[in-house]
Amino acid sequence: MKKYRLLCWCLCLFMAASAQETFPVNGVHDYRTNYFAFTHATVVKDSKTTIPNATLIIKEGKIISIENGGAVPKDAAVIDCKGKYIYPSFIDLYSDYGVAPQEQPQRSGFSQQMVSNTKGAYGWNQAIRPETDASKLFKVNDDKAKDLRSMGFGTVVSHVQDGIARGTGTLVTLSDDKENMDMLKDKAAAFYSFNKGSSTQDYPTSLMGAIALLRQTYLDAQWYKNLTPVQKEKSTSEGTNLSLEAWNNNQSLPQIFDAADKWNVLRAQKIANEFGVPYILRGGGNEYQRMDEMKATKASFILPLNFPDAIDVEDPNAVRLVALSVMKHWEMAPLEPGMFDKAGLNFTLTASGTTSKEFLQNLRKAIDNGLSTTKALDALTKTPATLIGVYDKIGSLDAGKLANFIIATGPIFEDSTVFLQNWIQGKKFIIDDAGWNDYRGNYKLTVKQPNQTKEYTVEVGGKPGKISATLKASGDTAKTDIKINILNNSVNLSWSNKTDSSKVNHLTGIISGNTWVGTGYAANGEPLTWNMLYNSAYIAKADTAKKDTAKKQDINKTVYYPFNGYGFAEMPKQEDILIKNATVWTNESAGILPNTDVLIKGGKIAAIGKNISASGTKQIDATGKYLSPGIIDEHSHIAITGGVNECSQSVTSEVRVADVIDPEDIQIYRQLSDGVTSAHLLHGSCNTIGGQTQLIKMRWGKDAEDLKFADWDPFIKFALGENVKRTFVNNNNRFPDTRMGVEQVLVDAFTRAEDYQKMDANKRRDLELDALSEILHHKRFITCHSYVQSEINMLLHVADSFNFTVNTFTHILEGYKMADKMKAHGAYASTFSDWWAYKAEVQDAIPYNIALMTDVGLTVAVNSDDPEQARHLNQEAAKSIKYGGLSEEQAFKTCTLNPATMLHIADRVGSIKVGKDADVVLWNANPLSVYATVEKTWVDGIEYFDRGRDSIMRTRIAAERNRLIQKMLTAKKGGAKTTPAVLTPDVINECEEDRRVSSGIQ
Amino acid sequence: MKKIAFIIFLTTSLSTAFSQANVLPAPPQQGIIALTHATIHVGNGQVINNGTIVFTNGKITSVGTAAPASDAKVIDCTGKQVYPGLILADSYLGLIEIGAVRAERDEDEIGNLNPDVRSVVAYNTDSKIINTVRSNGVLLANVVPDGGILSGTSSVMQLDGWNWEDAVYKMDNGIHFRMPGLAPQSTKSPATDLLKKAYDQIDGVRTFFREAKAYLNEPTHVQTNIKFESVKGLFDGSKIFFVHCNLVNEMMIAVELAKEFGFRTVIVGGTDSYKIADYLKQNNIAVVLNQMHTLPVMQDDDIDMYAKLPYQLQETGVLYCINDFDEMNRGRNLMFNAGVAVGFGLTKEQALQAITLNAAKILGIDKTTGSLEAGKDANIIVSEGDVLDIETNKITNAFIKGSEINLDNKQKQLYERYKTKYGITK
Repeated sequence: MKKYRLLCWCLCLFMAASAQETFPVNGVHDYRTNYFAFTHATVVKDSKTTIPNATLIIKEGKIISIENGGAVPKDAAVIDCKGKYIYPSFIDLYSDYGVAPQEQPQRSGFSQQMVSNTKGAYGWNQAIRPETDASKLFKVNDDKAKDLRSMGFGTVVSHVQDGIARGTGTLVTLSDDKENMDMLKDKAAAFYSFNKGSSTQDYPTSLMGAIALLRQTYLDAQWYKNLTPVQKEKSTSEGTNLSLEAWNNNQSLPQIFDAADKWNVLRAQKIANEFGVPYILRGGGNEYQRMDEMKATKASFILPLNFPDAIDVEDPNAVRLVALSVMKHWEMAPLEPGMFDKAGLNFTLTASGTTSKEFLQNLRKAIDNGLSTTKALDALTKTPATLIGVYDKIGSLDAGKLANFIIATGPIFEDSTVFLQNWIQGKKFIIDDAGWNDYRGNYKLTVKQPNQTKEYTVEVGGKPGKISATLKASGDTAKTDIKINILNNSVNLSWSNKTDSSKVNHLTGIISGNTWVGTGYAANGEPLTWNMLYNSAYIAKADTAKKDTAKKQDINKTVYYPFNGYGFAEMPKQEDILIKNATVWTNESAGILPNTDVLIKGGKIAAIGKNISASGTKQIDATGKYLSPGIIDEHSHIAITGGVNECSQSVTSEVRVADVIDPEDIQIYRQLSDGVTSAHLLHGSCNTIGGQTQLIKMRWGKDAEDLKFADWDPFIKFALGENVKRTFVNNNNRFPDTRMGVEQVLVDAFTRAEDYQKMDANKRRDLELDALSEILHHKRFITCHSYVQSEINMLLHVADSFNFTVNTFTHILEGYKMADKMKAHGAYASTFSDWWAYKAEVQDAIPYNIALMTDVGLTVAVNSDDPEQARHLNQEAAKSIKYGGLSEEQAFKTCTLNPATMLHIADRVGSIKVGKDADVVLWNANPLSVYATVEKTWVDGIEYFDRGRDSIMRTRIAAERNRLIQKMLTAKKGGAKTTPAVLTPDVINECEEDRRVSSGIQ
Repeated sequence: MKKIAFIIFLTTSLSTAFSQANVLPAPPQQGIIALTHATIHVGNGQVINNGTIVFTNGKITSVGTAAPASDAKVIDCTGKQVYPGLILADSYLGLIEIGAVRAERDEDEIGNLNPDVRSVVAYNTDSKIINTVRSNGVLLANVVPDGGILSGTSSVMQLDGWNWEDAVYKMDNGIHFRMPGLAPQSTKSPATDLLKKAYDQIDGVRTFFREAKAYLNEPTHVQTNIKFESVKGLFDGSKIFFVHCNLVNEMMIAVELAKEFGFRTVIVGGTDSYKIADYLKQNNIAVVLNQMHTLPVMQDDDIDMYAKLPYQLQETGVLYCINDFDEMNRGRNLMFNAGVAVGFGLTKEQALQAITLNAAKILGIDKTTGSLEAGKDANIIVSEGDVLDIETNKITNAFIKGSEINLDNKQKQLYERYKTKYGITK
């Protein structure tokens, strides 16, 4: 039906005689064919073709022809465009023009909302709304259309920017005609994001939850598509699911993903790869910070021109709280489109994220910073049209395409060019018509009063559309400002008398070609007549020199990896190193070896012994120093973005920390400086069965994929006790509320997983149950947040009954009470040294826990759960000597070899042994001492931390900060818009909560 | 019903665990006690090898190398280290037992201007936390109320006693001002509005003191204002003005307030004090560095800023002390916090002074404690090794006003209980 309507509309264009419509007209019909000829114009058809002195002919909203010196049909109205430039109007694929915001359902109270409250037979999750059809909501909004037209846009794809699956966008022109005439394609693309928007449902609370939800929906939709009607109608099945139906229908459209950030671009692309969907990725403006990764996506991009304003840096107290990365982004953001251009990436530009004033300004700024004008034009016309398959209709000026074009005073990417008109579907929309005629020039003005005739020379300058003028009496040298107002071709002039500025001459008249004539009154009240004749052309004063210097300001184009103060301009490389004469803490049967050499080769430990020589290898004299294996943190929440807890359900085994690694977390660098080389990144403890974890190496500067510890056994986080009971929430309505319920959550989950495995091959693939099945098959391992003896015992029994082993009990402050049972079960223990009494379930915590469990025969680790605690895990390990009398070697293993053992990586890290990874640390003192500091930390034989280099980096940070502060001060002085300086917060994650704070000031 | 169940849960769990009821407060010192052959760390930088320290009736009578009188009870400290009792300068000890349980928190009163509320009356001598702190060598703590803007009045407590009246070491030593933060933050409401609110609140405190000063000029009043009465000690110099703040502009406001009213002023926090160390010294402002194990304020900051801070203040000559405000281990790592600063420039004796004599000076109790000098209270600890390092910190004896205190605690008792279960004999 819709297609039919569209077809009708197309036919109308060509068969005016048969033009009919269903809409009644109030008055007399005024049919027009809008037949126009634009003559003498410079027509830029597309980025490759420019036709000088062209005649552009349009009729009934379409282009008929464009020819150099083309003839004008008799029945076409002529518009002389001498000196003007005509370009195709722009296209924006990412718009919400004319799509009213959805009414937001209100969330009641603080209780959790488990299922969608959308009305209708839709899916379970309120953020998945593929059924949203923007074409059904679209309403012409002339204010917004005017805004977009003034930027040069003629067509947009508009969608409701709300939810994770946002439904379809509609292709509409920015004409003020009725909706039916504007709509070129009712469904032009389908839209997605990671942001649940107005959904009041709890799931997902985290970015990893959003990713899991998208992945699961792809699987669900595939399954739903293959269901037979009989299967659907079964009482245990899905029934009608309009969301999944719409999702499936939308798959044939171009798929546009609003990633809005460089790392989210990569996260979206991962989903694209997994499900074979080519996403068009909308960036956030910081993608230039990772160009290699952007290139590798091979995707098409939609880039915003949302360059940040300068920061108001006048108050040093406030600036002290602004991160260098924020200042640097201000400087570098305008480079992004140019860098995409150079990299040969396919991209379009969007006006979203900018105001109408900023858009053109920033577009030209991008061109000043390396974007070629041909690519800029493509990015606004041909590329977007091609991406959504409508280049046959829009995107260039060719016969048969829509008559959507901009008329401008010059080449559109030049600063001085003014957009005069934007024609859409053959209809004129004025942007700034005052500049249509260029009145600039030198004139001779003659004023006749009853008794005298005065002659003046008038110089009209400024810009077309924004003229300014001065007047000089003949024989005089002094100039007076003269005010000229022109509306169409009517004109008013006024100026003050030289001797008495309160006396004003005011004239009115009409402009006819090169002659201006009219009447008026002199300052003394006498009537007058006047005329003004064009004499010679205006010669612009050269102020371009000033602008050029402004443009050529120094930009430090160095991208630091990561993009913050302590990033590397050049990544450190793997080296072969001979460390001489150190005290080597091996963690092997050799124990602590004095005066020993260690050779590192190819990222591995190659030799350990006395007097090793390796000619040509870099040597480090470590006399008086200590070499130890790197610290491994079994329980960390650093380097995770978008929340560590998917808190909405008691079982969320489908979410994966691997999806949300933040490789730029400064905690990585800080912890390297304290000897940490690997960290196990865990989901939080908000629910009984949390998310899948990720082990990383602290490869500062690399991207998320490169941080991952290769070929490790996958783990999952479980939790018991107060956190999963939501003890600190009033009116909890999420099951469980007691330790009794926790057991049943576990039993239910594993029972479902067992049943799931028995289902046939056509079953719905369930990511949650997949992960649980892996546990049952001993392919995924549990680290379980737990404290008190009753719950430890319970989990041991549940595990035994489902025939799997609990790999690690983490935190486990009452582990000492259950050590014998844990040992019998085969579990490991990872705990805090001396934390206690912060909540009821840790009132029996004792610092002797590590020693007791060790003495019973468990392998015990000390963990952090806190980015600060992780910075002194060596000291935390030492506490088991003080409390319980472990030996130094036993104690040091609790932060190195023991966590490696429980993470199943002891064959590669955790001790200094030939063949193991060169993840080692050089200390200036006994590594268990409070007095010890780290001099160097290597991961894979790469020196990621060096105290000397750290000091150089600090000097660089200070210099860069000062340079940028000075630059912003200058920008402000020069009239640039500024934004207040505010604290750049660090994200600090702990088990129970995600906090955005900077410590030390709260 | 749930509440009842919860209480039952709590009481049963408490009775099954040891309640350390057998850890008795010490009786007053009897006779003369002498610690001999010790390495004595005086607390003022001085170290006496093979030294003897003698104390009677709770007071130190001599410190040196001379042999003690024959009637003294001698404790041979050969190979051991003797130090002044360590001092926590800012603590919730005795006010909070279980952090997450509202019923067990008594540190935070309702209202913004509560200078009159006093921590001493809520101090619980039977807290199980206290014994775990003192068994590491901490003998005194400044117990500080939190909440609001003028939070209340602190008292220095000795970590042994039958009740708070016994345990108070210096009653009502200072008033605590939690300065509203002046960091401009990005929030939904404009940052400038929040800042303005903070400045207004600070101005409210200034106005409070101006009115209090005027009120206190007049000896009698028709209507008594106990809030004004409670800050009298600030004006006569008997109480200390503790201003909790961290950033430069906050500290400068604190100094300016100190000048206007002539208060003895201490900054608690002082994260950015290194930026204005000279200015603080010129104005005789002392600093309590609240927590060694703290992350830098900003991602661009020196990664070890907090650990370097003591050395920087030491070099400038600012009076400072090191504290341990950690809410997860509750102050028992004070000495290790000081030890960390040794890795970043302090000498060990300077680090010791930062948790003994300097803390005493800052809390206004240095006339009676903080160093091992004749005439001062016999607040003394004996350690098998270096008290500042984890492996060697092993407190064998501790004396508060000459009374030898019991170093047992609930955690040691649980350790013994489970050593028994598993047959561990070490």
